[in-house]
Amino acid sequence: MQFQHTRSDRALLVANKLMLVLFTLIILIPLFYILLASFLDPNVLLRKGLNLSTSDWTLEGYRRIFQNDAIVRGFFNAFLYSGVFALVTVVTSILAAYPLAIDGFKGKKFFMVFFLITMFFNGGLIPTYLVIRDLGMLNTIWAIVLPGAVSVFNIILARTYFKAIPKELFEAARIDGASDLHIFFKIVVPLAKPIILVLALYAFVAQWNSYFDAMIYLEDPAMHPLQLVLRSILIQNEVQPGMISDQLAMAELKKVSEMIKYSSIIISSLPLLIMYPFFQKYFEKGAMVGSIK
Amino acid sequence: MEGTSVIEKTTKKERNKVLQYVMQNYLLYLFLLPAVLLTFVFKYVPMYGAVIAFKDYSPMKGIWGSDWVGLQHFQSFLTSPNFLDIFMNTLKLSFYGLVLGFPIPILLALMLNQVRRQRVKKNLQLILYAPNFISVVVITGMLFIFLSPNGMVNTMITLIMDKPVAFMTEPEYFRSVYILSGIWQAAGWSSIIYVAALANVDPQLHDAATIDGASLLQRIWHIDLPTLKPVMAVLFILAAGGIMAIGFEKAYLMQTDMNIPSSEILPTYVYKVGLQAGDYAYSTAIGLFNSVINLFLLIFVNFVVKRLNEGEGLY
Repeated sequence: MQFQHTRSDRALLVANKLMLVLFTLIILIPLFYILLASFLDPNVLLRKGLNLSTSDWTLEGYRRIFQNDAIVRGFFNAFLYSGVFALVTVVTSILAAYPLAIDGFKGKKFFMVFFLITMFFNGGLIPTYLVIRDLGMLNTIWAIVLPGAVSVFNIILARTYFKAIPKELFEAARIDGASDLHIFFKIVVPLAKPIILVLALYAFVAQWNSYFDAMIYLEDPAMHPLQLVLRSILIQNEVQPGMISDQLAMAELKKVSEMIKYSSIIISSLPLLIMYPFFQKYFEKGAMVGSIK
Repeated sequence: MEGTSVIEKTTKKERNKVLQYVMQNYLLYLFLLPAVLLTFVFKYVPMYGAVIAFKDYSPMKGIWGSDWVGLQHFQSFLTSPNFLDIFMNTLKLSFYGLVLGFPIPILLALMLNQVRRQRVKKNLQLILYAPNFISVVVITGMLFIFLSPNGMVNTMITLIMDKPVAFMTEPEYFRSVYILSGIWQAAGWSSIIYVAALANVDPQLHDAATIDGASLLQRIWHIDLPTLKPVMAVLFILAAGGIMAIGFEKAYLMQTDMNIPSSEILPTYVYKVGLQAGDYAYSTAIGLFNSVINLFLLIFVNFVVKRLNEGEGLY
């Protein structure tokens, strides 16, 4: 049904549209600025500001990035850590969620409470650090991918999904003499692909964008993930080794470190910004359940 | 005599039954093993390790062997000259963040809900959600780029004023920059749940109200907002309960030597005292103090919201 809007309603709708356009611009302008600036010579940027005359375009910033060992290694490390972290998260969460979704599973309550308690209490930074140190995991990938892999939130997410699978499927399989192992891999996992994707995406993105664990557990620069390398470029303003060949000129040095700032922001954010629209449906699903917990 | 033996028999019988169940379904328990093991090692063992907050921790003697000092660390923190500053910084940063940040996703969702063309709505959402996928390091890096004395924002400011504003170094700007950039990044994403709740509103309600002469604003106020109320209550409890659990990552990145008077918060202090200065026990005590306050806050806020929300709280 369509109704004639009153004049004040129409005015409100127009104001609403304008506000939404404004919000969108507030989001887009900084991002476009960085994108454009990444193709400009920083001296030009400083002198003339952003201008679209094509003569000043350069790919120098990007060339510098791919020549920079720390960044390239950071990329590789970030992929490795995020991938393994997502794998550990998915495997442990769906395995744990399966028995917890079965009616009459003995000890269900105990295990749920066991996991839930960690939502409200934690040992804190130092006690966790000491455990990881004492296990000899400092400076290893395990310090990054194991401690945060299991979260109640993920288990509950998977459990809720499993519970929605019709029970008849399991019962029929049990009557046919299938073991839980068989049921899990042949029935549950194929049906649970969407939730597996949600868990994996969230874990991957979280790990890709984090720097804290790597900062405290990984001393060796060769093991640093991308975000830590970015931190030294963007925040600490460190000149990357290999970026300049000699102390030729402070101006040149400064120019390159300015230039690489823009291009490194683009290169590091691009994978997720390109990937996310394709998976928007799944991310939204996770955000929904996540905020209710 | 006879009674106890009967009880013994039944408990024994029941224990056998449980044992039998576990034996038959041992696979299910194996499924739980990895998650239980990881949780035990990385969550429960550190909880035990937190006792060093009450000890004079010495690496030689270990966690259990170190001498008890009672509440000494807590006492020295609470009476230290920077306690009040750090505590208030944490509280203010969170509180202002909540007050400013909480309503905006709701507003955004109400606004998006008025967009009738689904394709336009989808594209708007795509843009509004995007900043959620940018890392804190990049966000903070962008802040330094845009807000530096010769950055884009100050270039515009110096057109009107004679001096650039030192956003990233003056303590007085730290909170505004932190909170506003946080809203820039998260407001869109946080609106998802409200958008979804609004999608469940029966269109007939709006039609009926329109026939009765209700204006758009009245319909938003009397139909849309009440729909969001339960979601708002839950999210508010969670946000307010986590007010002292503010994240370490962004505050630490935004810290400069000069803005420390307003940017030092409990989590960053815990990190500096513990891992940079190596005072494990003292740092653990500060962290524990933070978590305990947090827990009380959660319980308190839940209580208040329950009162205001006709008995509907989180627990």
